[in-house]
Amino acid sequence: MADEVVLLDFWPSPFGMRLRIALAEKGIEYVYKDEDVRNKSPLLLQMNPVHKKIPVLIHNGKPVCESLIALQYIDEVWNDKAPLLPPDSYLRAQARFWADFVDKKIYEFGRKIWTTKGEEQDAAKKEFLDCMGVLEGELGDKPFFGGETLGFVDVALIPFYSWFLLYEKFGNFSVEALHPKFIAWVKRCMEKESVSKSLPEQEKVYDFVMFMRKKLGME
Amino acid sequence: MSGESVKLLGYWASPLALRVKWALKLKEIEYQYVEEDLQNKSPLLLRYNPVHKKVPVLVHDGKPVAESLIILEYIDETWKHNPILPQDPYERAQARFWAGFIDEKCVPAIMSAFTNQGEEKEKAAKEARENLKTLESALGGKDFFGGETVGFVDIAAGWIGLWARIVEEIADVNLIDAETMPLLNAWFGRVLEAPVLKECVPPRDKLLEHSRGFHKILTAASS
Repeated sequence: MADEVVLLDFWPSPFGMRLRIALAEKGIEYVYKDEDVRNKSPLLLQMNPVHKKIPVLIHNGKPVCESLIALQYIDEVWNDKAPLLPPDSYLRAQARFWADFVDKKIYEFGRKIWTTKGEEQDAAKKEFLDCMGVLEGELGDKPFFGGETLGFVDVALIPFYSWFLLYEKFGNFSVEALHPKFIAWVKRCMEKESVSKSLPEQEKVYDFVMFMRKKLGME
Repeated sequence: MSGESVKLLGYWASPLALRVKWALKLKEIEYQYVEEDLQNKSPLLLRYNPVHKKVPVLVHDGKPVAESLIILEYIDETWKHNPILPQDPYERAQARFWAGFIDEKCVPAIMSAFTNQGEEKEKAAKEARENLKTLESALGGKDFFGGETVGFVDIAAGWIGLWARIVEEIADVNLIDAETMPLLNAWFGRVLEAPVLKECVPPRDKLLEHSRGFHKILTAASS
């Protein structure tokens, strides 16, 4: 029986990008469906009734929600190629820890940089940049968090790079100037087709957010 | 396995440490328990969890693992007998989903009902009830979320049966509604009474007193 894989996604979502990268790394054919998150499709509401959010991976009609959970599902089902998690249980725990760190910190502080002002924004900026430093420390001398190849943490983290222009413009800083090692890792990831084809251009994300801000009266 | 060193850094009233105790108990793993003073964190804790500085931390042969659900997965993958997560990848994804739902939706709503007053409190309690009702749909008619035996979601959520009822008593709210969520209510009873799990649970009256103390501080601050 041929596998049927559908990805319900929204093009600027870093969480959706994670799954695009994993599916590409594993060479899995799938149907991509872009959702209008302000007008959610009946399919999305049926496949993710609890959170009503993208991304949703639908494998042979059965939905898997939450991007890190879907990444592990993809890794476990298509286990013949490009493993995301290592075999060792301690290294797996470390990878899960850092992916969780990305969810708890990078997304939250990044979001606050462009949605808040004044003291709150300054605090978010500082925390965001601190996280860059912590991640650089965790990366160490390895080319990727996964070692020689892209791993779970790389796939979890790299999508946020597509939002960096937005963060940098609102926060008035340059990640490359402050954390060149981090950007060196970004560049190594972007050399991979699975990554470069899964991330939208930073300008496109920036333009989209600016358009939404105007529409929502945030300007 | 003899010769292995397993240490758990925890706090007696921490529900997240309880999750780990339950998993270690179910796997019959011998370990050394280290009680942390959260007001005065030990150098050991700060060394083993420099990023979050929180309990629980499992230390296996000197190597630390932090974050309770991540620790559960580590325990399950390292000691393969008495499995906690199912074998099938889709079932595993479902178990992870519901454990995540508990932490992202149920727990914050219950905490919000505990820390707020008046309308805010009632709003949070209503949200908590709705989320618990949603959780019940994952249980269905099974004895445990894990099926016939305790599994990942049971270990992740069981503590709510004790804690939520303490919040109900102190904050005067309704969270676990026996009428609207009978299956979940019955499951709470079942999981907290399970012999292996029951002996790890902290004494209710001590927990009640401890929580009352917190509540006084929180509500005094906001009045």
